[in-house]
Amino acid sequence: MSDALPENAPPRRTALDSVHRALGATMTDFAGWDMPLRYGSERDEHHAVRTRAGLFDLSHMGEITVTGPQAGELLDYALVGNLSAVKAGRARYTMICDENGGILDDLIVYRLADGRESTYMVVANASNAQVVLDALVARQAGFDAAVRDDRDAYALLAVQGPKAHGVLASLTDADLEGLKYYAGLPGTVAGVPALIARTGYTGEDGFELFAAPQDAEKLWQALLSAGEGEGLVPCGLSCRDTLRLEAGMPLYGHELTRATTPFDAGQGRVVKFEKTTNDGRFVGRDALEAAAERAAATPPRVLVGLVAEGRRVPRAGFPVVTADGTRIGEVTSGAPSPTLGKPIAMVYVDAAHAAPGTEGVAVDIRGTHEPYAVVALPFYKRER
Amino acid sequence: MSNPEQLRYSKEHEWLSTAEDGVATVGITAHAAGALGDVVYVQLPDVGDTVTAGETCGELESTKSVSDLYAPVTGEIVEANQDVVDDPGLVNSAPFEGGWLFKVRVTDEPDDLLSADEYTAFTAG
Repeated sequence: MSDALPENAPPRRTALDSVHRALGATMTDFAGWDMPLRYGSERDEHHAVRTRAGLFDLSHMGEITVTGPQAGELLDYALVGNLSAVKAGRARYTMICDENGGILDDLIVYRLADGRESTYMVVANASNAQVVLDALVARQAGFDAAVRDDRDAYALLAVQGPKAHGVLASLTDADLEGLKYYAGLPGTVAGVPALIARTGYTGEDGFELFAAPQDAEKLWQALLSAGEGEGLVPCGLSCRDTLRLEAGMPLYGHELTRATTPFDAGQGRVVKFEKTTNDGRFVGRDALEAAAERAAATPPRVLVGLVAEGRRVPRAGFPVVTADGTRIGEVTSGAPSPTLGKPIAMVYVDAAHAAPGTEGVAVDIRGTHEPYAVVALPFYKRER
Repeated sequence: MSNPEQLRYSKEHEWLSTAEDGVATVGITAHAAGALGDVVYVQLPDVGDTVTAGETCGELESTKSVSDLYAPVTGEIVEANQDVVDDPGLVNSAPFEGGWLFKVRVTDEPDDLLSADEYTAFTAG
């Protein structure tokens, strides 16, 4: 046994740090934050989210507020989406790219207000929050809008799973029924002011709650108590990763990188060439148009799913090979899937081997070629 | 979970029972199992293999990582635990009991194996 024990680094701690420790969480360094990896069995936590509900501390995520009459124009220019067209109370999944079309981060952008007081909240991955903030500030010139670092202004809690709605409804008067997927509204939960958003990263129905850090513990305990009878359990980042992998959701640093355009990652739909403002000008446009044409004509590689026939687990970076050992791609994320009961992986493969059902595809797992079935993503889709 | 007094321990987090008729049972500690998380795949040495103290002889795969399994002593494998191959979760649920990994006929052992108290202190640091 070696390499099993997590290393200790000097990390940042969320407002819920003492709560996690009291619960006996195994903590891990994640993008400079000391975050709960799991509280008990990550497989049990995963199943709880699929069948009941799970409660997550996601306070490491990076919030950036963009305000001002031209906030929408700024985001249309800085991001690949058409954010000025998003109505107050709605949200979009989008990306920020560099001039070459390379992905700097994937984002959820919430429009909090429109008109003269136009306000958006951009939520970036913890590992990229500074990059996103710097890029937005750099791209702000000429727009009547302000970019504000609000990373320390919010704690973020997520309650996810089929019972999430009922648990949250017991703590708020907010109109959850009327709150659509990818919508957000300000409200009060357990007496605490919060932005209530119907978003998540698990493939289940669920909510994300942005609240002041000083209110985080009260909110956490209220959700935990309200969910007790419904089988809600605290959940760590380990099951968040297997949940998003089963749901076929990309993760920055794995499926998405600066060397990848949204089109290469199978996410071309997030790029809006038809924009409401700036005559359609935005950072990365020319490179992304070229990437869109390339992807439509001769896709160099395609993001697909693999399901194992054996039990050994593919990991990021492992080669995908054919029967004769020819390398045809690479694993970007892999894990034992608690729902399928088999190892699964997201991989980039040459287009010739990307069709579901393609025969003779294997993953090189430390020198052994383990057979895998090519499947379409996602691996798991909830019943609605 | 406390470390049983009657066992000895390696710094690679294996435990080793007192040899009976020259055969010792080997597993990984509760501390190691807890650090790994849910174990999903176990590859053990085959019966008849010779393993060498301090060298890898198998692997343990969990949700997040794969770890090498090291032989705490030198000797010949006389039994591998098929139950733990079929149900790797035994490593987490019963690391010192049903989650044992293999039995080895000991021909040599290193002089740096730890007592339960020493291992407890080792993992506390």
